[in-house]
Amino acid sequence: MAGKLKLYYFDGRGKMESIRWLLAAAGVEFEEEFLETREQYEKLLQGGSLLFQQVPMVEIDGMKMVQTRAILSYIAAKYNLYGKDLKERALIDMYVGGTDDFMGFILMFPFLSAEDKEKQRAVIVQKATNRYFPAYEKVLKDRGQDFLVGNNFSWADVHLLEAILMVEEKKSDVLSGFPQLQAFKARISSIPTIKKFLEPGSQRKPVPDDKYVETVRRVLRMYYDIKAN
Amino acid sequence: MSGKPKLYYFNARGRMESIRWLLAAAGVEFEECFLETKDDLTKLRKDGYLLFQQVPMVEIDGMKMVQSRAIGNYIAMKYNLYGKDLKERALIDMYVEAVIDLNELLMTHPFQPADKKEQHFATIVDKATNRYFPVYEKVLKDHGQDFLVGNQFSRADVQLLETLLMAEECKPDILAKFPLLQSFKARISNIPTVKKFLQPGSQRKPPLQEKDVPKLMKIFH
Repeated sequence: MAGKLKLYYFDGRGKMESIRWLLAAAGVEFEEEFLETREQYEKLLQGGSLLFQQVPMVEIDGMKMVQTRAILSYIAAKYNLYGKDLKERALIDMYVGGTDDFMGFILMFPFLSAEDKEKQRAVIVQKATNRYFPAYEKVLKDRGQDFLVGNNFSWADVHLLEAILMVEEKKSDVLSGFPQLQAFKARISSIPTIKKFLEPGSQRKPVPDDKYVETVRRVLRMYYDIKAN
Repeated sequence: MSGKPKLYYFNARGRMESIRWLLAAAGVEFEECFLETKDDLTKLRKDGYLLFQQVPMVEIDGMKMVQSRAIGNYIAMKYNLYGKDLKERALIDMYVEAVIDLNELLMTHPFQPADKKEQHFATIVDKATNRYFPVYEKVLKDHGQDFLVGNQFSRADVQLLETLLMAEECKPDILAKFPLLQSFKARISNIPTVKKFLQPGSQRKPPLQEKDVPKLMKIFH
């Protein structure tokens, strides 16, 4: 069916959330099928829909795409959010790599024990304020432009905004030493497609809760004993 | 300034090895600056060379590139190892990302605590032979072509070969049930640039020895 874009994942953020953000930023509509039971997952497996037996999976342009980065790169290129040439692409890839590494610390957070959560919260804030935010603050300061790369809205801007909002959920004043990032956050949030995504009723998913963790564990039969890194 | 790409990393495989493979496969000469001590890493950080304070870092075309995926993407695009269109790129990305996942398992094996090593080894073998290798075997079987994507040598072929060889180092008969991967391995190994890289004296790095682990850990901590 031409034009149908469908996401297969749990009803929660996880690795699919960056894909939702990027599609929303590009103004692209999409459907979602939420995995709630083991049977659904096994049906997808047996049907050969999951190339490496894993989700996320996205049906797009006649392909059943897997591997989060592959999906994101495809969407970015298709909807002109990947810069205008090889060098801009290189910068976008570098910046997205950083935010991806950083969001990786938050990805497993819901699966940790209560005690490990407290430790991990401190790690997340420390990484944000000592490693990642200073890098992006400097890029914005040095260039003095609205966007991270090439003065055009790109995947790098979307991904950074997603990361900023996620870490603010862990510590609300985490941007206090970063005036450029504060202005960036306000600016990107008011782009019409982003603004819409940030409103209630959008397909953006809330902070993962115990129900989400329980669903993932039950469906995948994994992630029972996750330790902080 | 020689104009050759310059790689900043440890004298070890780690996250730089895939980049060495890719440059070699593309026939691109490169220099290397090896980090030996914590001070070497600290100096690079202080000089502002490392965007996120991490290596790998590659000086290429006037950029100080970091993030191994970004570097790999750039090299693949520049040297025409990334397919001919968006759909081929999508396939290459899918295949390469999965190989990266398997590489992570292989790469972290020497760093596993002694009581976890055996289980980790079992996980590697299980994932390699039940999740990843069957997919590539099927891809090759279904289209019957020499290369994974678009009937043309690409980054996917390079990274898969790298991983097949690393997996064999882990368990020599790991490809026993995969005849097409065996012939793929022979075929890609014979490509002149790859063949050269596989010979002694090339910039390919040996597997990490247990005795080298403490030294590496010291640079990080």
